[in-house]
Amino acid sequence: MDRSHPAVGVLGVRKILLQWLSSLLWLLPLLFLGLFFFYPLVSIFKMAFARAAAQGSMISAGLVLQPLWFTLWQAALSTILTMLAGIPAAYVFASFNFPGKRLLRTLTTVPFILPTVVAAAGINALLGPRGWLNLILMQIFHLTAPPLSIVNTLAAILIAHVFYNIPIVIRVVGSAWAQLDPRLEQAAGVLGADRRQVIRKVTLPLLRPSLLVAGLLVFLFDFTSFGVILILGGPKFETLEVAIYTQALSFLNLPAAGLLSLVQIAFTLMITWVYSHLASGMNIPLLPRLKGEGIRLPRRSGEKLLILLMVIFLVLLQVFPMAAMISRSFTRLEANRGERGTVQAGLTLDYYRELFVNRSNSIFYVSPARAALNSLFFALVTVLISVSFGLMAAYALTRMKGRRWLMDLAIMLPLGTSAVTLGLGFIVTFTHPPLDTRSFPLLIPFAHSLVALPFVVRTVQPVLASIPASYRQAAGVLGATPWQVWWKVEMPIISRSALVGAIFSFTISLGEFGATSFLARADLPTLPIAIYRYLSQPGALNYGQAMAMSTILLLVCGAAIFMLEKIQEAAE
Amino acid sequence: MDVLTVEHLAKNYENEPLLVDLSMEIHSGELLCLLGRSGSGKSTLLRIITGIETADSGRILWNGEDITNLPVHRRGFGLMFQDFALFPHLNVMENVAFGLRLQNLGEEEINRKVKAALDRVNMGEFASRKVTDLSGGEQQRVALARSLAPNPRLLLLDEPLSSLDKALRGEMQDELREQLQQSGIPAIYVTHDQEEALALSDRIALLHEGRIEQAGNASDVYARPASLWAAEFLGMTNFVAGEVVGSAPFTVQTGLGRFHPQINHSMPVGSKGTLLIKPFMAVSTSQADSMDRVTGQVESCIYQIDHYRIKLRTANTAELTFFVQAPLAMGAQVTLSLCQDALLWYGESR
Repeated sequence: MDRSHPAVGVLGVRKILLQWLSSLLWLLPLLFLGLFFFYPLVSIFKMAFARAAAQGSMISAGLVLQPLWFTLWQAALSTILTMLAGIPAAYVFASFNFPGKRLLRTLTTVPFILPTVVAAAGINALLGPRGWLNLILMQIFHLTAPPLSIVNTLAAILIAHVFYNIPIVIRVVGSAWAQLDPRLEQAAGVLGADRRQVIRKVTLPLLRPSLLVAGLLVFLFDFTSFGVILILGGPKFETLEVAIYTQALSFLNLPAAGLLSLVQIAFTLMITWVYSHLASGMNIPLLPRLKGEGIRLPRRSGEKLLILLMVIFLVLLQVFPMAAMISRSFTRLEANRGERGTVQAGLTLDYYRELFVNRSNSIFYVSPARAALNSLFFALVTVLISVSFGLMAAYALTRMKGRRWLMDLAIMLPLGTSAVTLGLGFIVTFTHPPLDTRSFPLLIPFAHSLVALPFVVRTVQPVLASIPASYRQAAGVLGATPWQVWWKVEMPIISRSALVGAIFSFTISLGEFGATSFLARADLPTLPIAIYRYLSQPGALNYGQAMAMSTILLLVCGAAIFMLEKIQEAAE
Repeated sequence: MDVLTVEHLAKNYENEPLLVDLSMEIHSGELLCLLGRSGSGKSTLLRIITGIETADSGRILWNGEDITNLPVHRRGFGLMFQDFALFPHLNVMENVAFGLRLQNLGEEEINRKVKAALDRVNMGEFASRKVTDLSGGEQQRVALARSLAPNPRLLLLDEPLSSLDKALRGEMQDELREQLQQSGIPAIYVTHDQEEALALSDRIALLHEGRIEQAGNASDVYARPASLWAAEFLGMTNFVAGEVVGSAPFTVQTGLGRFHPQINHSMPVGSKGTLLIKPFMAVSTSQADSMDRVTGQVESCIYQIDHYRIKLRTANTAELTFFVQAPLAMGAQVTLSLCQDALLWYGESR
């Protein structure tokens, strides 16, 4: 009759197995982070200290201080401009309904997930020497040379930064604004405050946390900006990121690059730390939730004017560069020498056709179509790695009691580390086969996964944590094994957020430029690398192909945004 | 005849004892209401019985077979949660089918059983609705259908009505009792609400300080609460400190005079304790010589449908509550004669 003993035995084994499996949940992601994030980081540290001590004279203070100063000041300037432009836009989106709002909202969201290279290409297509503005001015005034030279000036950098960071301000500040209880402002009005006083004494103090968070996030992105500076800034402008890149790849001075990386890490970690401190209590929605009782049609003529001006401004800043790039990719402009400024325009698909041609005299060993395939493959691997490890980590975080913050920190740290530093870490660490850039092309999606992993965890973990324990228990009581509980209850509930994480990972990988520029083999470029190379080559054909590839990336990102919005709608 | 036996269960929660040497039994066809204050560990006891939580020590037996270490999904019990825990990603029908699918039944049989379970709770028309669109009462019905559909050996209910508003709760109590009686499945129902317990079942158990303080038919438990705590928990209020002064007949001396209460155990003369005067069966009298009586001034007299509730200020300033059949004038000095069944003596001090 005593059947308890064998039962205990079987159960004991099962329990041990289950514990072992559940420790794998956090062990695998941590192992991945340890090997491909912390180990390269430590390598940079060691190299910078060891060799800098030995050849200290080779590294002057100016080498670090000059790019650091420029990085700080361009980031500060970019942030101020972005906030100045973004706050009125956030106000308009959060407070009013107007025709075309939905479309404009989607269009202004696109730049946020646009690869920096594509953003740079867009600004170039609008304002560059071959951009529409210069072409039109040349046509009107019969000029031989482009009158505006914005590219390779600070202005180009600033415009690009505002272009792709405004969505953050609209999103973070706008959603906080939309969620403000309008009765608070009404109460202040009843108590005798005029409109300006209401804004100063009620609205702004209530918005302060979101303003700070948005500002810091924008600053962080501007501080670690790489592609934009490299493409639009030209040789004159050197941020820390660009300095790391040129020291490592052009001057082959790895200790100097390492030292610059250390400075970079110190600053970005500090910013990230402050940011996560401020943002911890805040709910930052993925997509703006612009519903609520405060939203209405504009009434006063001043409001209508403000909306009109903001719409024009946003179309000019956000939509025109993308439209310029798309139209430029379909337009042939052959300016014959000798004929003063005459431009024969025509629509063409040449640049797209050319993507599939492998010209032997090209700087490439492979066609751009091949680069697109590489990008696609890397993006899929990135999705696979970041989603599976992200789910494991999210699950472990939800189940963990002590040491949660440690795991959280380990996962979030790659966000606070620049992509260029990641790339540098990889090339100084993985120098021998089978784990070097030559024999192991998967290093690229590994680096991308480090960047994407925090996004996946941040999207999935809150949803997982919000599942009441009673759901799991109810399923268990109804006869579901732990595995069936996961598969039939938890997985379906988080599937939507996992899909959002996957889409994010996909677009991150597709557009990643900083780390990839260190890791991509000449014969295995990704799309952003190919765009960069084409943009830096002379000739209309190269320029057109850069535009064509950028357009393809833009469309993929647009499709991703569209899907994210659909998922959001389905969730509501 | 099926029987669940709980033997010497103990469980610590954050280093504080929550359940201490708890033993109980429930037989087939029985509905036991487990009453206890919030935090008394009654939900924990349910979760240990279902296997969601494990006890520190003790055993759980089903028909004599030790199931203490059987994982939750193999026990074949049902559990209804406070928040219903309906799966939000499944519709009504799929929620009810969840347990049946895990039994690897054929599709046809599952459909038949789901339909029967939903019809039984009058939710047949809601089969394809989203559970998030249902009202509280409808969710409660679906949760009951989901629990009953796989035909569990034992059903455990963890305050399943506490999230409903008061009017709905009364309605659902009747419905729940009928459903449970019809199904014939033995059930343990946890609640902190005595009225709810009485409305559902006449078998109750009181959980206090990790033990079953008292169990039995509701009328017996109410007639003779086993301890001062039980009396207080059941809402009784008139307590007076005193001392035993005689054993035959058993007599106690209190600040209100001498009384002749009933006792659970014999008490030595001279021992201190507490007298409980139940508010019922008090009659206003002019006879000064009736054996057990209380004298005082009427402070309030409130009409309560089938009786009057009066507050009596006595000479030693204690305030006592009584239920009487006829109204008494405010401020009047009255003497109430008490029936011996209304007097209980506890050898404990408050």
